[in-house]
Amino acid sequence: MTETASAKPEKTPNISPSTQASVAAAQMDMPASKLMRFDSDNPLRLDEGTELAPWQIAYETYGELNEDKTNAILVCHALTGDQYVASENPVTGKPGWWSMMVGPGQPVDTDKYFVICANVLGGCLGTTGPACTNPETDEVYGLDLPVVTIGDMVRSQAKLVEALGIETLFAVVGGSMGGMQVLQWASAYPEKVFAAVPIAAGPRHSSQNIAFHEVGRQAVMADPDWCHGQYAKEGKRPMKGLSVARMAAHITYMSDESLHSKFGRNLQDRSAITFGFDADFQIESYLRHQGMTFVDRFDANSYLYVTRAMDYFDLAAAHGGKLANAFLHSTTRFCVMSFTTDWLFPTSESKDIVRALNAAGANVSFVEIESSRGHDAFLLDEPELFKTMRGFLTGAAKARGIPAPGNGD
Amino acid sequence: MTKHDLSNVRGDHRILCDFVASGSRVLDIGCGTGELLELLIDTRGVDGRGFDTSQKGVNEAVARGLSVVQGDADNDLAAYPDDAFDYAILSHTLQATMDPKQVLEQLLRIGKKVVVSFPNFGHWRNRMQLLFKGRMPVTDYLPYEWYDTPNIHFCTIRDFVALSEEVHAKVIKAEALDARGQRIGFNAPWWVWNLIGDQAVFLLERK
Repeated sequence: MTETASAKPEKTPNISPSTQASVAAAQMDMPASKLMRFDSDNPLRLDEGTELAPWQIAYETYGELNEDKTNAILVCHALTGDQYVASENPVTGKPGWWSMMVGPGQPVDTDKYFVICANVLGGCLGTTGPACTNPETDEVYGLDLPVVTIGDMVRSQAKLVEALGIETLFAVVGGSMGGMQVLQWASAYPEKVFAAVPIAAGPRHSSQNIAFHEVGRQAVMADPDWCHGQYAKEGKRPMKGLSVARMAAHITYMSDESLHSKFGRNLQDRSAITFGFDADFQIESYLRHQGMTFVDRFDANSYLYVTRAMDYFDLAAAHGGKLANAFLHSTTRFCVMSFTTDWLFPTSESKDIVRALNAAGANVSFVEIESSRGHDAFLLDEPELFKTMRGFLTGAAKARGIPAPGNGD
Repeated sequence: MTKHDLSNVRGDHRILCDFVASGSRVLDIGCGTGELLELLIDTRGVDGRGFDTSQKGVNEAVARGLSVVQGDADNDLAAYPDDAFDYAILSHTLQATMDPKQVLEQLLRIGKKVVVSFPNFGHWRNRMQLLFKGRMPVTDYLPYEWYDTPNIHFCTIRDFVALSEEVHAKVIKAEALDARGQRIGFNAPWWVWNLIGDQAVFLLERK
């Protein structure tokens, strides 16, 4: 869910934090990436029952769309990700969040495939979200934006894909919340998805996951600078609350094992405990750093909206309580992946997906990858993950009759 | 046009291929790293899926572009709908399951036809080892000691015929293979095959 992941901040961002916040603010309405605008005669239907118009979706593309338009891969990003999957993020100056996976010669090979990645609805890097200007009032939406769902996010992406003239996506791939979108795509638009790769995801957000999200939202809302969501108007930002939310969430992205081996009980720049509440331990210092850097690039209300969208996701409930019904008669080829130490979206949840796909008679592969790095493993250097993605996409490309990068061992 | 030279293919796999119609939907239970699946896809053009207990084998198969999931025959076959496949294949796996009868019943439910291959415990060499040495047989086909074998439910060809009866399966075809993995080409009563067959391949369907 985080591109900084469990890696220590090795590189100093080449943009200073204070400028980052203002750069981030400038990206809300006018992103540096590509942008598709939909006006009032092309509204976006929302699950809560209303329509959104006008609205916009910010996206990036990599590689070339072939003549038959059969080589497009949509990458769906996680909670705090963005459209810059394989290129520098203009706010942080950091490389694309999945550049090990997506790029020339990488498993999602942009020399062969046309890759699209869009900022999610409710996000804060150019797609309509709470930090955008409400065209009706000319003021920032704040909490006036309707609550959005994973289904809404996918519907907005489908409109983008359609506007790009692509009838069928060769593949939809993504991890965590991105994986939820993949499942939603395969369920809502089976005829438009040739292959689907949900990674480290689940068919619904568990009670435990909702609980963690609620802690994060309460932290944001308890910050007096949140101003009941109207902080933009007040010229404030609930940095403390959002930072605490990020710290709590970050723990869920790692495993006990990785925390232990990375930090243990090591002390931070000191030789003894101080009998105070300063960051004595490295893990404290690390989490504080994660929290502080996050607030410079992410909008607090966006965090409320996007976490809520994940909480509301329950694919089985949307199909009469039976998950298999979400995939009946599907001809999509699925490759489900999970990681052994991921306790946010444990293997058991991926297996629920696999069982449902089998029950629906769908074509499914399932790989559980041994890793000590918890949920964040999907964003990190995990050779088995890359090998599986490359192999699966190559097999699917053969079946689709498009050139594949090959197994390139 | 195929990269597989059939003369190098494991004996039971060669016969399994003969038993499977081109272009059919196949589930290979206990598929390992997907050798047989790949062979069936390449030579018979099947829509093939696999299933194995070893996650390592599964990962390797998926990286080769095959549709394979981790699971075990005893617990995970129940998820598949009736008649989901034209063929459900169980190649040298039946003897390693906890409940072979239940597994065979599940296979007959999800596959319109079922192909089973297994080592024949009734082969005369096994009988001799037990008779004269008084020890559990250890042979090329059954290389394990009794205490470390994954093969917990051995059967003979005649045992399997009896089990087929019990689960209301009709034997459409059967072949016995000799020690070199070659088909025993002549027709003989079950008791003869049961003595000289190292392994057997059966094609079944529901009665």
